[in-house]
Amino acid sequence: MTADLNSFTFATIRPEEGIKTVLKKNSTDIIEMLKESRLKGRGGAGFPTALKWELAANAEREPKYVVCNADEGEPGTFKDRFILNHFPDLVIAGMTIGAMAIGSEKGVIYLRGEYSYLRNHLEYVLKTRRETGLLGENIFGRKGLNFDVEIRMGVGAYVCGEETCLIESLEGYRGEARNRPPFPVNAGFMGNSTIVNNVETFAWVTSIADKGVDWFKNIGTDKSSGLKLFSVSGDCEKPGIYEFPMGITIEELLKTVGAENTKAVQVGGASGCCIPAAEFNRTLAFEDCSTGGSIIVFGQHRDMLEVAENFLDFFAEESCGQCTPCREGNVKLLEGVKLLREGKCPMRYLQELCSLGETMQLASKCGLGQSSPNAFLSIVKNFKSEIMGRKSSNAIAG
Amino acid sequence: MFVTEQQNLINEISQLVKSHGTNRSALIPILSQIQKEYSYISEHAMLVVADMLEIPPVEVYGVASFYSFLDQKPKGKFIIRLCKTISCDMLGKDKVAGQLENELGIKFGETTKDGKFTLEWANCLGMCDKGPALLVNDQVFTSVTPEKVFDIVEGCRSMLNSNVLQ
Repeated sequence: MTADLNSFTFATIRPEEGIKTVLKKNSTDIIEMLKESRLKGRGGAGFPTALKWELAANAEREPKYVVCNADEGEPGTFKDRFILNHFPDLVIAGMTIGAMAIGSEKGVIYLRGEYSYLRNHLEYVLKTRRETGLLGENIFGRKGLNFDVEIRMGVGAYVCGEETCLIESLEGYRGEARNRPPFPVNAGFMGNSTIVNNVETFAWVTSIADKGVDWFKNIGTDKSSGLKLFSVSGDCEKPGIYEFPMGITIEELLKTVGAENTKAVQVGGASGCCIPAAEFNRTLAFEDCSTGGSIIVFGQHRDMLEVAENFLDFFAEESCGQCTPCREGNVKLLEGVKLLREGKCPMRYLQELCSLGETMQLASKCGLGQSSPNAFLSIVKNFKSEIMGRKSSNAIAG
Repeated sequence: MFVTEQQNLINEISQLVKSHGTNRSALIPILSQIQKEYSYISEHAMLVVADMLEIPPVEVYGVASFYSFLDQKPKGKFIIRLCKTISCDMLGKDKVAGQLENELGIKFGETTKDGKFTLEWANCLGMCDKGPALLVNDQVFTSVTPEKVFDIVEGCRSMLNSNVLQ
């Protein structure tokens, strides 16, 4: 699937035509176009793109910034790498359209350190765009239309995918979440109005500008319009990048990727939910199983406790440590999973762990701690008979 | 000699400050560059950066210690980071890990005595459909097998021998 680039919609998009269409519009019209498209953020949270840009367009603190969140760290996600590798012009054109919409002259691509091998290629694309008048001063020959993009490298912190952590990191601080409000649209990078959007979101903005709002909004569901890239890995015949309309069922997806005898699917990465086979008729859409595109397939032979342990180990490491529910909670849940594996976790303690997980969802400061218990809670809920009653190692020895 | 080395470091950092500026937002790019040059950020380097950017040294340490790609202890010329996240785990990262330890004679988190290799775990490298994946410095290797581990390590050794990194 990944091999045939031409099968992707992005291969048919003409980024420059997209910008040309937008050049005829003012800021309000661009935002109106996105409103009509009902495009929602492709990073996973699903915030309406038009609303974010409208808030930034109306904000006062200048200079304004356009930030592309290329800190793709969610386990099981690699579609942004794919887009940056094969369709970088769509992303940069989308950022340019964002700049026109909110009135910005400065863009930043925050690229995760693990992808530093993409940097040279991206710098080359930026340079070419500058030389051909698509970036820099007086873009497309229009006087006063200035916009340029700089690449900033991440340095290995998953939490920086959260927008306020990302901004902290750009400003030279530890990647620790800010209190919100104020939101970045009002007080973002250097205290100025900033939009932070996912790589894929920018690419769809360009696609909408080129192919038209009607094309986009007629695909998908009412609440989740358009197409989406999915990163598929795990127990299936054909892992890779896939493009589907929003609202496709898990069942359909599994069929396409050649997954048989599937026990469960992790939708949305480590911070997402673990869906058991009985619920494979559910849809991949913001109103049902919401995802930034990560799909991890688990075959019948997988031990769901090992899965939970892997995820919690990840979160215990990646928690920034700023707020207590997340810093302590993930460690406690991880210990709990180990107890379960050893057959040393009584029901009452498991219930306490679940209640701790719910507390973390409510009380953590940012998305990391709010979503890190999801996988644990859904595995406990859906696979109770599998995870309980394990023989303790002592018992086996005895 | 020691004084000269320190002076070299100061010169180099002041060059970095010249090109990145003295804004606080230049801190991470500057630290990343020092990391790249020296394979770690020494206490002395942190003090110099703090002085030049006019921020408290503890703030520089706070940032340097927060990010997993910035180190405060010397690392090997080649830092090998094997992905341990779920998809690579399911594709057999344990066997690759075993062979890496075997080949290098060190455990994860350690550096070889000759200072050539450091072995570390990484969280998701975004190569989930082609795991197990690992990074050698900036270069990514996918579908790594225990057999390929030898080729990768040998590749690094021959680069060192041909003085590419000197």
